Amino acid sequence: MSEVFVITSGKGGVGKTTTSANIGTGLAMMNKKVILIDTDIGLRNLDVVMGLENRIVYNLVDIIEGSCRIKQALIRDMRYPNLYLLPSAQTKDKSAVSPEQMKKLIDQLRMDFDYIILDCPAGIEQGFKNAVAGADRALVVTTPEVSAIRDADRIIGLLKEYRLNRVQLIVNRLRYDMIRRGDMMSVDDVVDILNLELIGTIPDDESVVISTNQGEPLVGSNTMAGQAYRDICQRILGNNVPVITYKCKRGVRYRLQNLFGRV
Amino acid sequence: MKFWRFFHRRASGNIARDRLRAVLVSDRACCSPALLENIRNDLLTVLTKYVEVDTEKIDIEIIQAVDTADGVPSLVARIPFRDARPLRLQEKYDKAI
Repeated sequence: MSEVFVITSGKGGVGKTTTSANIGTGLAMMNKKVILIDTDIGLRNLDVVMGLENRIVYNLVDIIEGSCRIKQALIRDMRYPNLYLLPSAQTKDKSAVSPEQMKKLIDQLRMDFDYIILDCPAGIEQGFKNAVAGADRALVVTTPEVSAIRDADRIIGLLKEYRLNRVQLIVNRLRYDMIRRGDMMSVDDVVDILNLELIGTIPDDESVVISTNQGEPLVGSNTMAGQAYRDICQRILGNNVPVITYKCKRGVRYRLQNLFGRV
Repeated sequence: MKFWRFFHRRASGNIARDRLRAVLVSDRACCSPALLENIRNDLLTVLTKYVEVDTEKIDIEIIQAVDTADGVPSLVARIPFRDARPLRLQEKYDKAI
């Protein structure tokens, strides 16, 4: 029997797709059977972040419309044989699928996978409703910025209305140098405002851009974000890994360059 | 230029946090300023039947209750009486009836 996660945020661009890709890959690296489902119909991105864009034949909408069987649409990741991707459609829109149809599909998949991870689109309309329909748990992704937190708060309220009670928080794109200067809200500030259990924090890391460029999720790699995602996967599996606060070490030369660079 | 840093009155992170807290209280309570205005006027209409109030100094707002665990918002109204001696309220009330 699966645990079904929806990765949501409200605001766009805070890291849902990146988080979905990395958590899915991380759990597969830990020998779990995982399926990633891109529920953003019309604006699919999970396939390209995973580096599997050239292997798409059928997609989620094809299954719902009965054009193909489930197995025909699943893409098995060659790097991690336990990991599957169900891509979204690029040419339809969110009205192509209903929440009931999504729930039915998830129920059919439950027997075959340890974890089902649903990458939710931004917004609170049909796309969100579809993604939330079959889920047991939610991970709300936010960044420490006013607009992202405000939208995350709305999403948390909506998740409660949809009776999704297991909701946890991921704070993404943290810049510890800015937090130290007081120019960014701290993790404690965000957790306090949203009043939600924290499952992990991810620092702002250039490696994420590089990993997306290459289509290689960076979970588990020797990068700050990679380690952070790996820790989140460990916590999902029930291992309590302490949250690391990264101290950003910058030498005097770097500081001087920055000072003169700005003047 | 980095010199502006020295003149920072308050760190922007703290400003953001306080603004967010304020905006989320009204977001969560789904209470627009127009609605609050209507509530204020209706409250005044009812109260002026019984007491004289200082309409200039009325303050009605929705706040986050700090003592409850789930932070349920509350409507808080401060309505000063025009009459400095509250005991006379009862006389007025009895006369009105």
